[in-house]
Amino acid sequence: MLRLPKFELRTPTTLEQAIEWLEEAGPSALIVAGGTDLVPNMKHELFTPELVVSLAGIAELRGIRRDHDGALSIGAMTSLEEVAANELVRAQAPALAQACSLVAGPQLRSMGTLGGNVMLDTRCQWYNQTYFWRQALGFCMKKDGSLCHVVAGGKNCVAAASNDSAPALMTLGANLEFESAKGARETPIDELWLADGIRNKKLEHGEILTRIRVPPVGTGHRGAYGKLRDRGSIDFPLLGVAVRLDLDSAQRVEHADIVITALAAQPKRISKVVETLRGLEVESPEFASACETVAALAHKQCRPLPNIPGDHDYRREMVPVYVRRTLAAAAARSGPVHHV
Amino acid sequence: MSARDLHGPGAPWGPEAPGAKANADFGVVGKAHRKIDGLAKATGAAVYTDDLQLPGMLHAKTLRSPHAHARVKRVDFTKALALPGVHAAIGGDSMPIKYGVIPWTPDENALAVDKVRFIGDPVAAVAALDEDTANAALKLIEVEYEVLHAYFDPREALARTAPAIHESKKGGNVSKSVQLDFGDVDSALSQAAVVVEDDYTFHGTTHAPIEPHCAVATYSADGLLTLWSATQITHYVHRALSRVLELPPHKIRVIQPCLGGAFGGKSDPFSLEFCVSKLAMLTGRPVKMLWTREEVFYAHRGRHPMQMHYRSGATADGKLLGVDAKILIDGGSYSSFGLVTTYYSGQLLTGPYHFPSYRFDSTRVFTNKPPCGPKRGHGSVQPRFAFEIQLDQLAEKLGLDPLEIRRRNFQGDFTRTVNGQRITSNGFLQCLDEVERASDWRARKGKLPFGRGLGVAGSMYISGTNYPVYPNEMPQAGVQLKVDRSGLVTVFTGGNDIGQGSNSLCAYIVAEELGLKLDQVRVVAADTDLCPVDLGAYSSRVTFMVGNATIDACRKLREQLVAAVAAKWECAAGRVRFIDGLVVDLEDVSRSMSTMEAFQLAETKFDTLGATGSYNTPTLGGDYRGGTIGASPAYSFTAHVVECEVDVETGRITVERVWIAHDCGRAINPMIVAGQMEGSAYMGLAEAVLEDHDINRFGLHKGPSLLDYRIPTSLDTPEFHALIVESLDPEGPYGAKEAGEGPLHPSLPALSNAVYDAVGIRLKHLPFTPAKVLAALREQRAAAKQESTGALARGAR
Repeated sequence: MLRLPKFELRTPTTLEQAIEWLEEAGPSALIVAGGTDLVPNMKHELFTPELVVSLAGIAELRGIRRDHDGALSIGAMTSLEEVAANELVRAQAPALAQACSLVAGPQLRSMGTLGGNVMLDTRCQWYNQTYFWRQALGFCMKKDGSLCHVVAGGKNCVAAASNDSAPALMTLGANLEFESAKGARETPIDELWLADGIRNKKLEHGEILTRIRVPPVGTGHRGAYGKLRDRGSIDFPLLGVAVRLDLDSAQRVEHADIVITALAAQPKRISKVVETLRGLEVESPEFASACETVAALAHKQCRPLPNIPGDHDYRREMVPVYVRRTLAAAAARSGPVHHV
Repeated sequence: MSARDLHGPGAPWGPEAPGAKANADFGVVGKAHRKIDGLAKATGAAVYTDDLQLPGMLHAKTLRSPHAHARVKRVDFTKALALPGVHAAIGGDSMPIKYGVIPWTPDENALAVDKVRFIGDPVAAVAALDEDTANAALKLIEVEYEVLHAYFDPREALARTAPAIHESKKGGNVSKSVQLDFGDVDSALSQAAVVVEDDYTFHGTTHAPIEPHCAVATYSADGLLTLWSATQITHYVHRALSRVLELPPHKIRVIQPCLGGAFGGKSDPFSLEFCVSKLAMLTGRPVKMLWTREEVFYAHRGRHPMQMHYRSGATADGKLLGVDAKILIDGGSYSSFGLVTTYYSGQLLTGPYHFPSYRFDSTRVFTNKPPCGPKRGHGSVQPRFAFEIQLDQLAEKLGLDPLEIRRRNFQGDFTRTVNGQRITSNGFLQCLDEVERASDWRARKGKLPFGRGLGVAGSMYISGTNYPVYPNEMPQAGVQLKVDRSGLVTVFTGGNDIGQGSNSLCAYIVAEELGLKLDQVRVVAADTDLCPVDLGAYSSRVTFMVGNATIDACRKLREQLVAAVAAKWECAAGRVRFIDGLVVDLEDVSRSMSTMEAFQLAETKFDTLGATGSYNTPTLGGDYRGGTIGASPAYSFTAHVVECEVDVETGRITVERVWIAHDCGRAINPMIVAGQMEGSAYMGLAEAVLEDHDINRFGLHKGPSLLDYRIPTSLDTPEFHALIVESLDPEGPYGAKEAGEGPLHPSLPALSNAVYDAVGIRLKHLPFTPAKVLAALREQRAAAKQESTGALARGAR
């Protein structure tokens, strides 16, 4: 078995204590939520923190509630399993519930948390490997090296955002609440991202994601998530498509949004979606044909790279298929779109 | 008397025998029983190699080559040895004697001596107080390499001779080449009404047992080396240790603890077994090495990639006339079982169909990749894949049903193949009948909606081989029984239970023969100090050979027991029967005793009780060089029907259902047989659609982890229907043959044939990725368009 590098683990019971320890230790400290991503990454020596602060003992970071403004407020340490099964989430944020239900496999979903999934490190076939493997390769620009093996001569890291929850939360206009020694800040999830695979989040050391807030939606809200992967379980997305539709009382599209992940460093919002679908009644042939147009738009806008495993040309070919199927699922209040 | 003399065509279970027993006439055989170690495994009580903790035990780690092909110029341990907690460090010069599982091709060193030949090749090993210290020490070992040109493409390795991967080998990078001709293929094909010629590719796959390789060694003050190892062949490890460590075999004891899967991947002697032994000898302390999952991928010995070209011809009514094969085998960096693989790639194709003429030309080349070896269905899964698709191509040209062409070419039972293999019982026709019936083939084949299809394929496989890995005339399997006044029978077998249930098999047979309850039998296995030699768990030999040896021992013992009881009762021996823990007088049912009392009577009468039994194969095989390789005392036969669905938009193939009919001879425990059938089909289909042991352009394994090497989860597993066919074999134990490997073969070609039925594309190059399916569908549409344009143009003229 691969060994974990040596580190100190502390499990505070209050947020204040966690913030204090992180502040004290400086950048050599890392936060662990469920550990399902950090632990293997540490075994691969991608991270070698001296101190790991676990959020598992902080009760206030768990749980799902509806705030007085109708927003869903999900504690960052709530397990993916709980988010996926929660009735409020399923009703108000179906795309999020579906995305969480397809993260990894059952054991990992019961350990893994929503906050951890949002904060997931980017992934690449040249990066998520053991130290021995990466050394034999000559390392890569994301860790210990300077070259990119995805794009020859590439100057920017193109490791892929691989969190299923992120695109769903983006379609839902979610806000993220952080706390640190400097105080609290709230930021729209759209503004979290950087187009840099090495570090794809605007984040300062010591900031803890505490809650994820999903604004209220109308009764005409629809959402779905589509996930391409090789197996029926365990695997990270080869492509993840989150769809949002908001319908008026006549079942016509008022608002629509599509965000796709597992392409490059940040999830990608497809442009001109709402313009194409607005005003169309979801059961009409016009809507179906507009969905084809949206699928073609997405195909044009998405260019998967050979960063994560799997044939990237095939992943691109699947963009319009998954966009069309996930749109149809959202319109029909079904989903998720998944092969099993 | 060995078992081969005991049975024969007149065996009591033979199909022709007047008193042939039905399953109902047996006490234990033919019925479902728990595996004897099932509860220990289910409760976590079973002890695997890594569970062993010995006082003062050190932990060892391996330094591996980061280069695919390089000369090792210098290894310096100075800094590593200076690290507190490090007890010893060794390099290739500590064990310079080469070994290899096949005695003719010893080309491996426990640690690299002059060269490294793939990324991951072991270079040095360190023993330290704990794993972390050993790992830290590895980083302090200085190695100087001179990097050489590396070969990743077998065609390049064949064409270019310098630098040679193995310099001592004549003929550049060729590992083994076999050309065999049987009959005049060219003239047969020239007379054929129809000929199909095509190329097929098998990619590489690996075993992925859940338990990684692990070994623990101790070296006693009086010079006894004891090795516990997760091996499937204790005996060959024993021999290899003796050779490399230059110790007499009687100073070595090898023990295989409970094993967590092998599938052929634990058949070779491995670097870690030598390293822990040497390190224990150097330090005088117990030493353990547990490989990481990544290291298991580098140890590999998985299925050989093969590029196959086949040409087959048949008469107008579908009778095969000749088959011509040319195969290029990518062996990876070492020989391993490669000599046998090269023969098997041709020798095992000559059934269940009659080949009037046959020729094969197989060449295995070295490349700078992890070494290939035997994986479940060793050497024959790849050619079977190619040929069973080609058979469907022939059927299509002739307008024949794929099942029908297989029936028409059935070779029959008690016959001889074109390459001289003796076929005994053969239930292949019944296998075809079973899958045809169960899948509702006639009503559904070719008639399912577009996107859904059915495909069939057949196969045969060996039940052991008469070619022991090293030539000798001694028994291939030996069993010893110890019986005493406690009422317990202990079976000592050298056989390796790797999860397939071979220890349970011994218990079932003893209970059957001596009329005992299962809990009156205990099995001690795979310990070279305690157990007679057995050649191990490979080639599907254990049920047949160990089973026969066990029967042999039991019958000798039973003679003594019967004699003692008959003397006591003053009756004829024929009246004494052993049933379910009791001894009864058949003619006076009021008279009975427990088997324990019978044992005591016999112990009184004959002194301390015990018996040995053995098995050796009869003389088999063709009278030509290599004619004994692949010659088996009995062959199993299989037919699969696979039902699949193809999503033409995503290219994804979903296997919905598989009907597996397998002729295993007598199913000694039908529950275990069914498990082997399902497990085989599962593994074969995984190789077809998910698994890919791929080495990238840098010579690195693409993803040496269970995240990136995609073995199917339960959600990816189809519905299996195991249909057991029992063509009782005259020489097998109670008529049994094998079930562990044969049922894998047809799953891959049957799936390809099902995809053809579903959407009309012929998938001939594994793995069947969705991207390949989409490419084939595009090609099909383009061809159809061209055809219709052509038709229009012709129409216009």
